[in-house]
Amino acid sequence: MGRRALLAAGAIAALAVVAPFLPAYPLTLLTQALIVGILAMSLDLLLGYSGMPSLGHAAYFGVGAYAVAIMTTERQVGLIGCLVVGILLATLTAAIFGLLAIRAAGTYFLMITLALGMVVWGLAFRWVSLTKGDNGISGVPRPTLLGLELITAVPFFYFCLVSAAVAWVLMGLLVVSPFGLGLRGIRGSESRMQALGYNVWLHKYMAFVLSGAFAGFAGTLWAYYNGFVSPNDVQLVTSVETLLMVALGGPGTLIGSMLGAGLIVFLRNFVSVYTKRWLLILGGVYIGVILFAPTGIVGALRGRRR
Amino acid sequence: MSTEFWIAQAFNGISYGALLFLLASGLSLIFGVMRIVNLAHGSYFMLGGYVGLTVALRTTSFTLACLAGAVAIALVGMGMERFFLRRLRGEVLGQVLMTIGFALIFQDLALLIWGGDPYTVPIPKLLSGTVRAAGAVFPIYRIFIVAVAFVVGVALWLALDRTRAGAMIRAAVDDAEMAGGVGINVPLISLGVFALGAALAALGGVIGGGFLGVYPGADFEVLPYAFVVVIVGGLGSLPGAVAGSLLVGLLDNFGKALFPELSYFTLFAPMAIILAIRPTGLFGRF
Repeated sequence: MGRRALLAAGAIAALAVVAPFLPAYPLTLLTQALIVGILAMSLDLLLGYSGMPSLGHAAYFGVGAYAVAIMTTERQVGLIGCLVVGILLATLTAAIFGLLAIRAAGTYFLMITLALGMVVWGLAFRWVSLTKGDNGISGVPRPTLLGLELITAVPFFYFCLVSAAVAWVLMGLLVVSPFGLGLRGIRGSESRMQALGYNVWLHKYMAFVLSGAFAGFAGTLWAYYNGFVSPNDVQLVTSVETLLMVALGGPGTLIGSMLGAGLIVFLRNFVSVYTKRWLLILGGVYIGVILFAPTGIVGALRGRRR
Repeated sequence: MSTEFWIAQAFNGISYGALLFLLASGLSLIFGVMRIVNLAHGSYFMLGGYVGLTVALRTTSFTLACLAGAVAIALVGMGMERFFLRRLRGEVLGQVLMTIGFALIFQDLALLIWGGDPYTVPIPKLLSGTVRAAGAVFPIYRIFIVAVAFVVGVALWLALDRTRAGAMIRAAVDDAEMAGGVGINVPLISLGVFALGAALAALGGVIGGGFLGVYPGADFEVLPYAFVVVIVGGLGSLPGAVAGSLLVGLLDNFGKALFPELSYFTLFAPMAIILAIRPTGLFGRF
């Protein structure tokens, strides 16, 4: 853990130094990777540390993104207000969904989270008076923070870098805390932890809600980054792609999820330059990861199977 | 709201439920035997529709279209099971990523082959038109869908309940390891069930293509419906698939007609309530 944390801190510092010298396009992609990376790390909290594969994680991301889009375009709410409300709403959604989903285990958990994710997608798609339906909400302005305008690419990148670093540190502290260790124990054997007197349900529920909160945080940033929010941000494919990022990076490593997110973001954008067949290639990536790198990048680097 | 409205909506719901049954019974069976969440199941529906469309346009035979769609997609399903999914037994995350990978590839291939325009599978004259009864108008094609689902349901029930192969499948559903221990060839059963499930979904795709149409995105549109059916009914249960299909078909239709903005809520909220009371679904045992 120590060495990996050092490497990650070094990577953050390196990014901060080179950012002003990067051309606009790679910088935009890096910003995108950071935001999606927060989402992937939040899912890792569930999948890697608690053993709960959620198939509806885009829901909390979407709630956060839609909250910002609606509040900025209709009410001109500022950055802090948007962040607070966006994260709170995502947390609330996760708190409600968690009550239903945590009852189930394994495959049932997977299918219930999928269906609950579809509820949010359905609302985004059909509740036209609030979400503008299929057209999405455009014209989300870049935020201002303490009088500092985050409109151009470089300041906004720094804002996202700091956000990602804060999210990573918070989640990192969470997983090494007694609570996080309890989660890992539950992933290993639920009945053993139960017998040891741990409140398994509460541990899983708390992990579910916290994970939703971080996903909502990523969603608020996404709305600012993209300037546009649509049902596509909430759909099943987004949830599964996040799952792929975590699997690609290596579940249970946090920073691996960030790497996985970065890889997918860059791959998509470079492939899209040359061909329209991105989905075909992405599908191949899914299958390839499962066949050839079941423990992800970080797992493969360690050179041993878990 | 007149009586005709209720009768017409109820009938639409039942016929949509019948289509969902074709889709979901296969998903449920596959899960029952292999414990696999197949996210490519909606793709079988869409691909079946496309293959059926091509055959129907070339041969002008609807029967041939149904057959060709079912057989072609059964082969696709068998290939997936034999070469990719069999090795992932028990690995939930691996199965999810693998099947979604296939779903994306199928989606892109379908776009490459059939393009982005929506089509309707041409239906025989015999099945077009309507009948009047009890003051309401019923499209014959929707009656046909209900009839097909009924026949398939009864055939599945007889096959599972009354035949030797059915007994072997039920044994594999209950306990694959024990079934293997008493000499049942579980891998062969898995292959067969996967082929059957894929064929049923494809049949649903061809028949559904006659009134919903075949278009890009149909795969991920029907998938959640199939999931809700098996969640509500209970995984691996045939009666559950019947009850779940009817319930989802009716809820979806009345939801869309009565509360258009909240139509997904009217579908998923009852699911949540059922789950809160019975976490394994109405007929589930696990």
